[in-house]
Amino acid sequence: MASVTFDHVTKAFGEVIAVNDLSLEIKDKEFLVLVGPSGCGKTTALRCLAGLEDITSGTISIGDRVVNDIAPKDRDIAMVFQSYALYPHMTVYDNMAFGLKLRKVPKAEIDQKVREAAGLLGIEALLNRKPKQLSGGQRQRVAVGRAIVRNPQVFLMDEPLSNLDAKLRVQARTEISRLHKRLETTFIYVTHDQMEAMTMGDRIAVMKDGILQQLDTPQHLYDKPANKFVAGFIGSPAMNFFDVTLVGEDGELAVDSGTFKLRVPPQYRQVLANHAGKEVVMGLRPEDIHDKEFMPPLSFSARLKANVDVTELMGNEVFVYLMSGENSFVARVDPRSRAKAGMEMECVANMENMHIFDKQTEVAIV
Amino acid sequence: MSKKLKGVLRQIAIQLFLLLVTAMVLFPILWVVSLALDPRDIDKPLELRLIPPGASLQSFRKVLFEPFNLLCRDPSNPATCMKFGGLLRNSLLVALGTSLLAVVLGSTAAYAFSRFRFIGRQAGMLFFIVMIMLPTTGLLAPLYVLLSQIRIGSEPLRASLFGLVVAYSSGFLPFAIWNLKGYFDTVPKELEEAALIDGASVTGTFVKIILPLSVPALAVTVLNSFMTGWTEFILAWTFLDNPSRFTLAMALRSMQGQFATPWSEFAAMSILMSLPIVILFFLLQRYIVSGLTIGGVKG
Repeated sequence: MASVTFDHVTKAFGEVIAVNDLSLEIKDKEFLVLVGPSGCGKTTALRCLAGLEDITSGTISIGDRVVNDIAPKDRDIAMVFQSYALYPHMTVYDNMAFGLKLRKVPKAEIDQKVREAAGLLGIEALLNRKPKQLSGGQRQRVAVGRAIVRNPQVFLMDEPLSNLDAKLRVQARTEISRLHKRLETTFIYVTHDQMEAMTMGDRIAVMKDGILQQLDTPQHLYDKPANKFVAGFIGSPAMNFFDVTLVGEDGELAVDSGTFKLRVPPQYRQVLANHAGKEVVMGLRPEDIHDKEFMPPLSFSARLKANVDVTELMGNEVFVYLMSGENSFVARVDPRSRAKAGMEMECVANMENMHIFDKQTEVAIV
Repeated sequence: MSKKLKGVLRQIAIQLFLLLVTAMVLFPILWVVSLALDPRDIDKPLELRLIPPGASLQSFRKVLFEPFNLLCRDPSNPATCMKFGGLLRNSLLVALGTSLLAVVLGSTAAYAFSRFRFIGRQAGMLFFIVMIMLPTTGLLAPLYVLLSQIRIGSEPLRASLFGLVVAYSSGFLPFAIWNLKGYFDTVPKELEEAALIDGASVTGTFVKIILPLSVPALAVTVLNSFMTGWTEFILAWTFLDNPSRFTLAMALRSMQGQFATPWSEFAAMSILMSLPIVILFFLLQRYIVSGLTIGGVKG
């Protein structure tokens, strides 16, 4: 158990900067998720922490110890790889015992630890099998088992669920979360799947182009994204963005898209007053746009009309893809909605949950 | 003609062709077996019979137990002539030594070429290709000079069995390195990274992870290098002075006289010589079948 600190860490591959001045403090026993699109530097950051890549500048500490120049084996970490990286020529037992054997742990203790970990993961029956005789889910468990037998200070997981089918992924997700609670160890988990990040992480670090965009709890990240990228990345379906102008109207503020005009709630007026007359980007999550006929009670809403392009029935809800002038957006509405492709739908936007981003910097204003 | 009949005739034609090919491949082997059993010392079979008239194992006995008159330190003293046992010992030392050196040096060099980025890496690999294309006999003169310069005690390295091992290995290594590097390239890097995190050193990773996973490529290297050391005689004839260090391949070559060749003994010796390679092939067979198809380099 230990905290992990990235202090102004940069990693460059020639001209390409994969991780750019990353500063990040991961608390002891925390489950931190590094999330971002492909090529955002999340895996590189993890590999730097593991010691598989040398960093170009900055310092990485595990606990109080700076580990910049310490070999991977001496960092007291364990890693689960995306491909699992199980040794194909060894049995499951030997795969799990390998690290302990190298550390010259007595045989009886190795046996006890391997069997204990196998019991925890439900893979006792597989101990004598080779990796090629296992299914994807079993391999993933073995990879986790290999990591936990060593009882390391920090667990690193590099997209460990991305090779599993959707159903198994959900199951494995909860198992890993349970494991974290049970082991009470620091977990650093890399994924490109925002759903995994939201459901598993104590905190989430969102990265893009090697730069940390926001580090926050899942709910706060969802409710208060720091910029347009985070707002668009977290949440499914993604947040809708509208290019709008903030206009003053009868002493009030409104956002004007050209085809619709929506009033801004009073609590945001003071912050947005300085931006009146400027072009900004408004963000509205799909669940904040309702079918007028089935809208919940809202304290401050605004109405707009849009043409229905496509509807997707999910059972418990309907995704309605709408067009209003140049703007296309999606609404997550009540399943009883009668919206059909081709018809006009009257929508109600919950403006209290709206987001406003600066058009140039894309930083959140509200 | 019906489609079915056409298919049958086509199959028959293919099978006949394959039988012909099989016969062509097997005939020389059967010929050698027949010659070895034939006491008449004829140079070609006179009839299509595998077991010739008066067949005996006489020639095998002669080869195995009688001294080779042309391989003597003192031609006037038969006691100084080499026997099969001595030749076999020398051949095994050379072939196994070549194998060992090729595997040890080849695998470590190939690992470096596969995993590390260093100046001259690509040029080095290209240079090895050139070396593969060069026949070993083309290196005879420089190797002779070089190995003569290095002395072990009063003797030049060239005249020793170890000198021969060095010469064979140097000729075989470029192929071994290409072949092994090609295989190492296919071993996922994550396996090594996992081992490094598990606590292995770079050397430990190589020995415990890479080598066990590369058994097919290693088997191909072992078999080919063994065969090189086992069958080569041109360099051996040129380098070695002392008959007590002569090899089986040299003895076989010495049996071919200018005016007469004891064909039965020659055939018996050929069969005996091929046995270790056949045994080695059977031992390594299950690895070699997959090994030959990997690496992307000639087998």
